[in-house]
Amino acid sequence: MLVKKKLYERAALLRAVRFFFERQGYLEVDTPIRQPVLIPEANILPVASGDFFLQTSPELCMKRILASGYEKIFQVCKCFRGQERGQRHLPEFTMLEWYRIHDDYQSLMAETAELLKDMAAKVRGHRGFDPAMVELVQQPPQFLTVRNAFAKYTTYTAEQAIREDCFDEQLVEHIEPRLGLMSPCFLYDYPAALGALARKKESDPSLAERFELYVQGVELANGFSELTDAHEQRRRFVMELERAEKYGLQQGAMPEQFLEDLGIMPEACGIALGIDRLLMLLTGALTIAEVVSFTPEEL
Amino acid sequence: MYSSSDLRKGLKIEIDGEPYVITKFDFSKPGKGQALYRCHLRNMVTGNGTDKTYRSNEKFKKAPLDERQMQFLYSQGEEYHFMDNQSYEQYIIMEDQLTDVTTFMVDNMNVDVLLFNDNPIGVTLSNFVTLEVTRADPWVKGDTSGTDTKPVTVETGFELQVPPFVEEGDRIQIDTRTGTYLTRAKD
Repeated sequence: MLVKKKLYERAALLRAVRFFFERQGYLEVDTPIRQPVLIPEANILPVASGDFFLQTSPELCMKRILASGYEKIFQVCKCFRGQERGQRHLPEFTMLEWYRIHDDYQSLMAETAELLKDMAAKVRGHRGFDPAMVELVQQPPQFLTVRNAFAKYTTYTAEQAIREDCFDEQLVEHIEPRLGLMSPCFLYDYPAALGALARKKESDPSLAERFELYVQGVELANGFSELTDAHEQRRRFVMELERAEKYGLQQGAMPEQFLEDLGIMPEACGIALGIDRLLMLLTGALTIAEVVSFTPEEL
Repeated sequence: MYSSSDLRKGLKIEIDGEPYVITKFDFSKPGKGQALYRCHLRNMVTGNGTDKTYRSNEKFKKAPLDERQMQFLYSQGEEYHFMDNQSYEQYIIMEDQLTDVTTFMVDNMNVDVLLFNDNPIGVTLSNFVTLEVTRADPWVKGDTSGTDTKPVTVETGFELQVPPFVEEGDRIQIDTRTGTYLTRAKD
């Protein structure tokens, strides 16, 4: 059955996104979707495209653009992750990703909250948007460290949960459902092991300068202060490739070109935000299918 | 065998030798973490609910369930006796497993029996059953009290509201899902 999707709302949201970044002095870029080598990530299943892969995120290319001399860039693009399908997951989805140099995750969290506020103000009153949600994302955000979240909502410490291999389960079952119920919530300072591309915190190297944005229990974005040490990055990729092999995932080789360029990339921060999920939230959609033109099943 | 990616609402799987049906399902993948398959499961024998979270590489056995048409023969204390309409084999189901279907079940009625490893675990009635009215107040013609319905009792002891013209001895059709009157049976 052919259903009329929330495409008017989608267009309005994307217009608001572009308006925000243009005003903030960001340059819109578009990078190749097919890549010869991807970021080694043990928990993401790449989709092959001939000899190449479809990108799981535009991160490698966007950081290389920073290394080449650009300061503030953003992109809205399709990303592909095999076997991810659920109420809030599609194997092909739309990502908003942006980077800026000479800043860190703290200022990025503040900017993300600004984006939500600005965007909400633009779509407020438009047909199809849920006024309560539009109002909610404009509230001043809450900040919660991963450590405190575990102490508050689980019987584990974050470190314990990692050791006992139940970090993801604890997060999904006990923490996520409580985040961002009254206002956007930033969960931040992840254990260092969970930020493969993030910089370690200077004051506490057991933590990575990484954060996730939650609204109404839904994860919307993941950002961090970028790791710029190419040697350290190579070491982490090696570990990640080993893990991927252990899980039997098909992974490409080492992203050599990226590592080479990372050596000259300035200090930077970057974030990826799921546009489809944000749209679901703001329109009160119950499934991701309502906010995209077609799901794979509808093709 | 099913794998984690087959999990979905309504799927029936066997866990520790008992049949479960997935009543709620959610695919989840916390930031850069593993794929998690969150299920709310109902034990099909005890009716108890439980939450489980599975990872992507897990395997599940299909619950060996079978539904067969049987005739309800009679009840004796808490034991309800049924006969398979094809094999003529007889089965006993205890009252506490029948939940509220006994409200509408009379001798010789055809029902659907759900079996797990050849053990009956539940009974489903057809959506509509016809039962005899065993007690009803007579309809007073010209009654202007304004009530549209009156209470009657059917042969199973179930009480329901019906239009005032229904009389003792009438056979009426009842929707078993809602317990409401549908029509007077013409037989």
